[in-house]
Amino acid sequence: MQILDRRLNPSGRSLPNRQRFLRRAKALVQEAVRDASAKRNIRSADEGGEVSIPLHGIREPSFHLGSGGIRDHVLPGNKEYREGDEIPRPPGGGGGGGSEGSPDGGGEDAFRFVLTREEFLSLFLDDLELPDMAKRRLVDGADPAWHRAGYSVSGSPANLSLPRTMRNSLSRRIALKRPKPEEVQALEEEIAALEGQPEHAERVLALRAELERQLLRTRRIPYIDPIDVRYRRFEPVPRPVAQAVMFCLMDVSGSMTEDMKDLAKRFYTLLYIFLQRRYKHVEIVFIRHTHEASEVDEETFFHSRETGGTLVSTALEEMRKVVADRYPPSEWNIYAAQASDGDNAAGDSQKTARLLVDTILPACQYYAYIEVGREGEHGIPGFPRGPTDLWRTYEALVNAGAPLAMKKVRHRREIFPVFRELFAKRGVVEGASA
Amino acid sequence: MNVIAKPEDRLLYKGADWDFDTLMRVHDACAEIAGEELGLDWYSNRIEVISAEQMLDAYASTGLPLFYRHWSFGKHFAQHESLYRKGLRGLAYEIVINSDPCVSYVMEENTATMQALVIAHAAFGHNHFFKNNQLFRQWTDAKGILDYLEFARGYVQACEEQHGEMAVERVLDSAHALMNYGVHRHRRRAPDLLSEQKRERERREHDERMYNVLWSTLPEKAAQPATRTEEERRRALLQLPQENILYFLEKSAPRLAPWQREILRIVRNVAQYFYPQRQTKMMNEGCATYTHHRILGRLHEQGRISDGNWLEVLHSHSSVIMQPDFDDQRYSGMNPYALGFAMMEDIERICREPTEEDRDWFPDFAGCGDPMPVLRYGWSEFRDESFILQFLSPALMRKLRLFHIVDDSGQPVLRVDAMHDERGYRRLRRALARQYDPAWTDPDIQVVDVDLGGDRKLILEHRVAGGRLLEEQEARQVLRHLASLWSYDVLLREVDPTSGASLREHAVSPPR
Repeated sequence: MQILDRRLNPSGRSLPNRQRFLRRAKALVQEAVRDASAKRNIRSADEGGEVSIPLHGIREPSFHLGSGGIRDHVLPGNKEYREGDEIPRPPGGGGGGGSEGSPDGGGEDAFRFVLTREEFLSLFLDDLELPDMAKRRLVDGADPAWHRAGYSVSGSPANLSLPRTMRNSLSRRIALKRPKPEEVQALEEEIAALEGQPEHAERVLALRAELERQLLRTRRIPYIDPIDVRYRRFEPVPRPVAQAVMFCLMDVSGSMTEDMKDLAKRFYTLLYIFLQRRYKHVEIVFIRHTHEASEVDEETFFHSRETGGTLVSTALEEMRKVVADRYPPSEWNIYAAQASDGDNAAGDSQKTARLLVDTILPACQYYAYIEVGREGEHGIPGFPRGPTDLWRTYEALVNAGAPLAMKKVRHRREIFPVFRELFAKRGVVEGASA
Repeated sequence: MNVIAKPEDRLLYKGADWDFDTLMRVHDACAEIAGEELGLDWYSNRIEVISAEQMLDAYASTGLPLFYRHWSFGKHFAQHESLYRKGLRGLAYEIVINSDPCVSYVMEENTATMQALVIAHAAFGHNHFFKNNQLFRQWTDAKGILDYLEFARGYVQACEEQHGEMAVERVLDSAHALMNYGVHRHRRRAPDLLSEQKRERERREHDERMYNVLWSTLPEKAAQPATRTEEERRRALLQLPQENILYFLEKSAPRLAPWQREILRIVRNVAQYFYPQRQTKMMNEGCATYTHHRILGRLHEQGRISDGNWLEVLHSHSSVIMQPDFDDQRYSGMNPYALGFAMMEDIERICREPTEEDRDWFPDFAGCGDPMPVLRYGWSEFRDESFILQFLSPALMRKLRLFHIVDDSGQPVLRVDAMHDERGYRRLRRALARQYDPAWTDPDIQVVDVDLGGDRKLILEHRVAGGRLLEEQEARQVLRHLASLWSYDVLLREVDPTSGASLREHAVSPPR
């Protein structure tokens, strides 16, 4: 009889199986992850969580008998039946209770399980990529990397380099002709052998003098001298840190409904998660505008209402100021996403276009314009809505080769496809690569 | 029992807490009763304490402690885990492995009483059954299994490194689909899993040694004069008909690499190892449940388990052997624990206080006094099907109120064929026994022929019993797996065994 405690064995033994399973069910899980993420809000969007995938996609088949034919059932708990009784067939083909006990033991059609945050995100953002333009900035001081850099004569005992020290010691001993212990020992042995024999007295005397000299020399020349000692040297090297700032620009004038804002928010959420995966440090700047623009916090950005006209250029102007103030483009990767219903004051288009092309776009890694609309807006028969003012303005810029991505979104379910289209790994963004 | 000090002092443990000493004391106390009173004979025990996560893990890989890697185990793990986390399902208190020494896993969350129950149940009940039942003795190698699993895990991993995860996964998927058809039902020699590793190495070395480029330049042999008909010769050569499909593929599939054959063999060996468990589930649980009930009952009588803890035992015991009626919402087939335990108790009753009816039905042992020899004989010589045929008594059929209905899809109604009365006992018992016979419940599918002269089509036959055809969708999926192993077309014919008429055919080509 033996008792073993297995509780301390490393856990996660089933992890390889789990990874294999996720890989196997990847397409299904990915779909489920996207559905699940549509239901979340901006800050918790990147947490792990339970997803549900259809069972049939990951079935392990085996030979089973189908329905039909003659079946026997022996059941417990008879109350009223006698031999020869006939029982009407229960609806749904089952037996008189129990039937054949369903071959694979389960009638579940969906299969729920929990994903970790890492798994969730990597599936969520799989095959997406940021346009490869990341700038890395050298930050000194904060958390440098330590690199080996040769040897030094001073340092802490922990960094003592024994091989190097001993090498120095050896070469110094050779150079200064420090007697080797074997030589000293040989002398001593010879003296011991010859001592007491009068015919060798002279020789012994000479040997003794020699030994004396050798020992003196040994004492003078230490085995290890402080000048031999070497320490491994480390040098702090500033680590390049990639940091990004994300500008959320939104039109909050009366024409933007809550639904539209919700669409925009979803897009920002995706972008935020995505940037967080790629950059260690991501900041968000919220700029809202009516006929004038201001930088606000997230709560105000999404929830407070403003009235006024619509001047898109004010937002761009504000962004330019913030960039100049706090986010020098040489140090920051700047991403901007603008959401609007497409309205703009008639005289503002020119100014907007100029601001964008001259100052904003050159500073940005990426600029996306999302035009949100009401659902069904485009569906009025006979009244096709033409492109909006802003759309026309931007379209002209894109045609002229400006690195600008633009998409229309009318419904929640379009958010993700649009996002994917913007960041899909190949053929990245028409504008940005130009 | 002559020295009865304060009853407190005789208790094996108090309260719900336990430590390893407690387990040791409980084990020794159980061993005393199991050996002296019940006359059980068991492999030496190894009790391993594990956490809930490890229990889930063991669940996922069919209860085996170390198993090769495959996505399906990950799937089962995720499934069990989410059910467990939601509290929809508790975990088993123990898992026991048919090995020598016999390994029982007990969960750390169990109370001291639960540990005692688990030790009596698994470490003595199941253990005795594994060691003595003929099926296990003939078909499984308790000594070799742990080493073999270790080898299998390492081998599959080595294959993954050499041939890539995907390639290995494809073979395993296919092999798993056919796992139920990877057992020999009629065995010629006892298994020896230890020699399996040696055999694998020898096969590889033999192949390497025998490979000689010169041979491939020799002209083909002239056709031999046919002494037997072509078909007979071919069938004999391929050992057809063959019910062990995986064995057939391992030996005869034309285009498998040696490592693929070895993987089929591993899956087949594991299937073979589990085959007796499927056939003796009810008895095995009955034996273990009866054993824990006897042992703990005796410990309580001796005052070594307190009254309060005894109530906990009874509570767990009675929920384990609960059998809902067929019209109950909770009904999901016969509970093997319930039927098994009821039969063991019934045999005990027949031995101790038989009625006239029992004397008529069981003249051999009715009224013999001591049930243990009868039970031990039953546990060692029978499997579920034959055990029911031999030992299910009319009294128990009446008690469980069993009845037999026939569901003929050609008829508009179900018919009650037999019930627990004088006319029905024997038919009822036969019908119940058949439900426990894999030969009856599993579709009978065999490899019957290979068109070697033509397109190498593999032909299988499903001998349809009672007009029950295969579920078509799934059958095609399995056949696709089969075809990918065979590498040529596969045809499954469903035939009526009496007339020989073909009822349905499924033809599948291998994936290109």
